[in-house]
Amino acid sequence: MNGLIFLIPVALGLGLLGLAAFFWSVRKGQFDDLDGAALRIFVEEEEEKES
Amino acid sequence: MTTAAATALIERDFAVPDIRCAGCIAKLEQGLVRDSRIASARVNFTEKRVHLSCAADAKMPDLIGAFSLLGFEAHPIGDGPADVDAQAATSRELVRAVAVSGFAMMNIMLLSVSVWSGAAGATRDLFHWLSALIAIPTVAYAGRPFFRSAWRALSHRQTNMDVPIAIGVLLTTALSLYETATSGPHAYFDSVVMLLFFLLCGRWLDSVMRDRARGGVTALLRNMGTGAMVLDDRGATRWVDATELQPGMVMLVAAGERLAADGLIVGGASQIDLSLLTGESAPVAADIDDRVHAGTLNLDAPIRVKVTAAGTDTAIADIARLMGEAAQGKSRYVRIADRAARLYAPAVHLLALLSFIGWMAVGAGWHHSLLIAVAVLIITCPCALGLAVPAAQIVAAGALMRVGVLIKDGSALERLAEVDRALIDKTGTLTLGRPDAIDLDRVDEMQRPLLLALAQASRHPLSEALTRELAARGVMPDAVDNIRETPGFGVEAIWRGHQVSLGRPQVPLFGSTLATELAIDGVPAATIHFADRLRPDAGAAIDALRKAGIEPTILSGDRAEAVAPIARELGMTAQTGMSPQDKLSAIARQSAAGHKVLMIGDGLNDGPALAAGHASIAPGSASDAGKNAADCIFLGDRMMPVVQAIDMARRTQAIVRQNFILAIGYNVFAVPLAILGHVTPLVAAVAMSGSSLIVVGNALRLKAAIR
Repeated sequence: MNGLIFLIPVALGLGLLGLAAFFWSVRKGQFDDLDGAALRIFVEEEEEKES
Repeated sequence: MTTAAATALIERDFAVPDIRCAGCIAKLEQGLVRDSRIASARVNFTEKRVHLSCAADAKMPDLIGAFSLLGFEAHPIGDGPADVDAQAATSRELVRAVAVSGFAMMNIMLLSVSVWSGAAGATRDLFHWLSALIAIPTVAYAGRPFFRSAWRALSHRQTNMDVPIAIGVLLTTALSLYETATSGPHAYFDSVVMLLFFLLCGRWLDSVMRDRARGGVTALLRNMGTGAMVLDDRGATRWVDATELQPGMVMLVAAGERLAADGLIVGGASQIDLSLLTGESAPVAADIDDRVHAGTLNLDAPIRVKVTAAGTDTAIADIARLMGEAAQGKSRYVRIADRAARLYAPAVHLLALLSFIGWMAVGAGWHHSLLIAVAVLIITCPCALGLAVPAAQIVAAGALMRVGVLIKDGSALERLAEVDRALIDKTGTLTLGRPDAIDLDRVDEMQRPLLLALAQASRHPLSEALTRELAARGVMPDAVDNIRETPGFGVEAIWRGHQVSLGRPQVPLFGSTLATELAIDGVPAATIHFADRLRPDAGAAIDALRKAGIEPTILSGDRAEAVAPIARELGMTAQTGMSPQDKLSAIARQSAAGHKVLMIGDGLNDGPALAAGHASIAPGSASDAGKNAADCIFLGDRMMPVVQAIDMARRTQAIVRQNFILAIGYNVFAVPLAILGHVTPLVAAVAMSGSSLIVVGNALRLKAAIR
């Protein structure tokens, strides 16, 4: 019983962490271009000229 | 780079249909930023779009020029209509609801498994309370789409699928809470949340399908966001967006350009291709003071057009009005899941009520009776209807997208499966809707490289057709010097010391046949005729339609003489010279006779008919109005995708029916158990996930159906 008091919040916390990560990635547009992400691995690195 | 950084940046979206591989992504993203006005470019491969951040003073033609410099055709996408944003917002809300209910389902299941495996006393109560703590906010958040839709239906005194779902969810939650508070053995929080999760998955699949198709359609809307070069008082030209054109402006329309607004010709003379507007295949000569319409193609020479009406008040407003009326009929169609729910919902409620009354009658007490009634509601909740239909339809739509058919939504697939008559437009639908050289074989082998060299210097539609076909035959262009294009006549150049030209035939041809003539030192050397040809597999597609039990008829706005040869070749009956109103009444006649009509057409004049047909398909080359009105769009030159789409729609419908039968079979087995009081939360969870997996698995079989 004592173990539960500790373990259940941990389990829920980890779940919530996953949920928060999913929400974050949806909002950041990680799922907007699923087919493109697969192809970008073939794109040559462009020369360094970040603005 | 410095100039771009100094001024404010604006964001613009372009549809670029030709993005096909990783190379294209690299080429566009790295190539576009070399233009000093473009600060950054980001390709969205899935939607075939490019997002640019560019200097505020960058002109639209310059930006499009930057794309064409890299060899891509780009179409600006205006700020989308408000309803597009609303749709995207709905999808986002659904994704969040799916995630929340998925999270809650897993955690409650974790607690439930301990209860099922024998937790008792204080531990069980604690776990039930924890479940309640997770489930109640989840139901309140993730259940909103169902509650909203159920409330809307009830306030219109109707029922839909969401009514039994909402009642079941609310009743079960309330009863489980009561059970928890009174230390009862069974709480159904896991079933409630699992139910929500499965049903939300179905909803979300449905909206993903609509989103994807909409992305494809936006990428195809070529004419949207176009504009014209406008001549101002001082004689300078500037680019004006189609939406900002005002009556009284004078547009310069180059050969090969589509008109952005209605107007009167005030300078120049040309031939105008009306095929998108009327279905007429032969071009019409237009001279000063002739009226020309938006959406038509200027074929021959540059003209100046004084705008008389722009935007929504063009002559096509009449067609738009017809379309609005025609589309109302289609909105009366009821989706198959809702049709099933109309029978299903009352039956389920009656069954739950009867088991409640039955157990009360045998003296079980109201609490026990209510528990049994809730178990019946949970077991019968229409998971199969909610998940199976969208799962089957998204698999079908995905498979069709790979063969080049875009399906706009699930209801389109359902309607497409029911058609038994096809009315087909001629120009642009049975035919390719563009001029093709028909007697290129008669041209001397030696002259072909010269032809290509001259043709590729011009953007005239006939030259482009020639370039396309010669390049396809592997002809390499000859070297020519002093190349020069004379608007209204053609291209001239020096070739091996000879004066050569490609242009309008010196002796006018009979009728309005399209032709171009190659002359060497002023002497005609070859004449090439052009015609709008049948799609390469039109005959096979028509035969396949007949085999599928769909009787095709031609419905054309063109003259009878132009339609007859095609009708004869395909062995079809034809109705010719039809106005948009005539096409509408032809569909109405067929519908009145009890037929479900499939309309296939491309032109503006087909718009109302496409909106009125029980289902409708337009080719990718269709007018914007046509593409907007149609349920499906097929890409490419081949017509066979139309038949494949119908075939796929019928298979999908068969799978959906099988899923319903599976669901009913499962109920026949499980409902007696529930009525007898043997359904514990464990049984409900196993039964629910088992039946959902079976119907989804059945839907996935469609993936292999298309070859």
